[in-house]
Amino acid sequence: MRIFEPHAHMTSRTTDDYQAMAESGVRALVEPAFWLGQPRTSAGSFVDYFNSLLGWERFRAAQFGIRHHCTIGLNPKEANDDNLRREVLALLPRFLAKDGVVAVGEIGFDAMTAAEEEALDAQLRLADEQELPVLVHTPHRDKAAGTRRTLELVAAAGMRPETVLIDHNNELTVHEVLASGCWAGFSIYPNTKMDEYRMVRVLEQVGPERILINSACDWGVSDPLKIAKTVKAMQEAGFDADDIDRVVWRNPVEFFAQSGRLILDDLGERDLAATFEGNTVLRGER
Amino acid sequence: MIERLEDRVAPEALAWLHDAAAEVAQEPAKIATRFPAVGRKVGRGPLEPGADPEDVHAWTIDDAARTYLLQALPDPAGELRELYRYGDAAERRGILRALEYLDVDALDLVEDAIRTNDTRLIAAALGPHATEHLSDAAYDQAVLKCVFVGVPITPLHGLHRVTPDGARMLAALVHERVAAGRDVPAEVWIVIDRHPPEDEIAAIVAELDSPYDDRRGAAERALGGRA
Repeated sequence: MRIFEPHAHMTSRTTDDYQAMAESGVRALVEPAFWLGQPRTSAGSFVDYFNSLLGWERFRAAQFGIRHHCTIGLNPKEANDDNLRREVLALLPRFLAKDGVVAVGEIGFDAMTAAEEEALDAQLRLADEQELPVLVHTPHRDKAAGTRRTLELVAAAGMRPETVLIDHNNELTVHEVLASGCWAGFSIYPNTKMDEYRMVRVLEQVGPERILINSACDWGVSDPLKIAKTVKAMQEAGFDADDIDRVVWRNPVEFFAQSGRLILDDLGERDLAATFEGNTVLRGER
Repeated sequence: MIERLEDRVAPEALAWLHDAAAEVAQEPAKIATRFPAVGRKVGRGPLEPGADPEDVHAWTIDDAARTYLLQALPDPAGELRELYRYGDAAERRGILRALEYLDVDALDLVEDAIRTNDTRLIAAALGPHATEHLSDAAYDQAVLKCVFVGVPITPLHGLHRVTPDGARMLAALVHERVAAGRDVPAEVWIVIDRHPPEDEIAAIVAELDSPYDDRRGAAERALGGRA
């Protein structure tokens, strides 16, 4: 089984996690830029963080045979710091131009403030300029209203819905997100956001189209093997291998391939070129 | 540099590179957006056909293309540090590889790369620019780090520079590894035996009589690699 993990904060994880993920079938992943559990106080911290996502973390992942990509963006929590917001937004174009940067993100709402809305809107425009998809984080609190407002802003910015992934969905938000034409992500967590058995019920209801699942593993209580565990739950519930492959590989590849920046050349995925002929999944030497 | 790329990349990639070089020659600031795009526009494979893609010493197509872009700058020193500061690992590697073709002083970048644990950056940093400018002590430490993190040292441009103190440190690393029952690459002896440090080598030989099987075995393997 091949797994494309579309949302994992590997900076917070150990090499044991990388090894276990590789053994569970993870061959490529996306690490979205986010906050670090405590607010940063200078733009220089962001430069170092973005550089580590593009350098050291990619090197670490490669040691375990995992192809590391990232998204770059200013998260909503830290967007509320006026100085940081200005300075980090000014840094973003330079970093968004990098290879292996497959989306703008995580962007979105935390406490639904005016500053968050300004940062979200500015970054939707950057995504348009750099022809990148966007990865949108939905708030932990007041999730349904936050998701709805996010969808309105995405539409108002003129983003094509197929270039937008709305993440951290649950049973209540998924229908509206899918109806908008955007992709719907689910973070499978121990205890909180969504577990693998609830995920199976959602999949039974809405089917595999435009659905992505992730472990969102980070510095909090989380489990980097949640995709493999959800696959097991799907198998037990009778999903066939093709549907499972669609959710855990082809959907994330198709979404992030819209960046033209996926680096999967050396994974030996010969069939990938066929699957996405005419698209630019296998950029580089081809 | 461009001749070496001509046989290796598609005509449209070469055309992109020529255009980009002409643009940055006219307007140097443009390199900020051209430099990161090189991998996806020109390619990332080995520059020499048939070279091992895992060889950290082998130049890649993007290394050569980035070198060509930097050579096109009217004043490379002006852009180099910004490009390095905001560069991803591939961009930084390209800058380090290019140093031997540029008339710049970039010892600070070489030293930064040697401090990382990224084997490709360490290998790329230790080209002719490092041979020429690193102090003896820094060069010795760099070679020791290569062995420590697994960068092959035989291909290093400045291997001849290793001092007796460098040979002593390498032999001490061999002893430390043997005492742990671990192996070292046989190539360390090329350097150690230029200035053989008596005490450290005696300590390795003494491990042949160790009461522990793993240490005896490691000593036999380590000394067996000595020409």
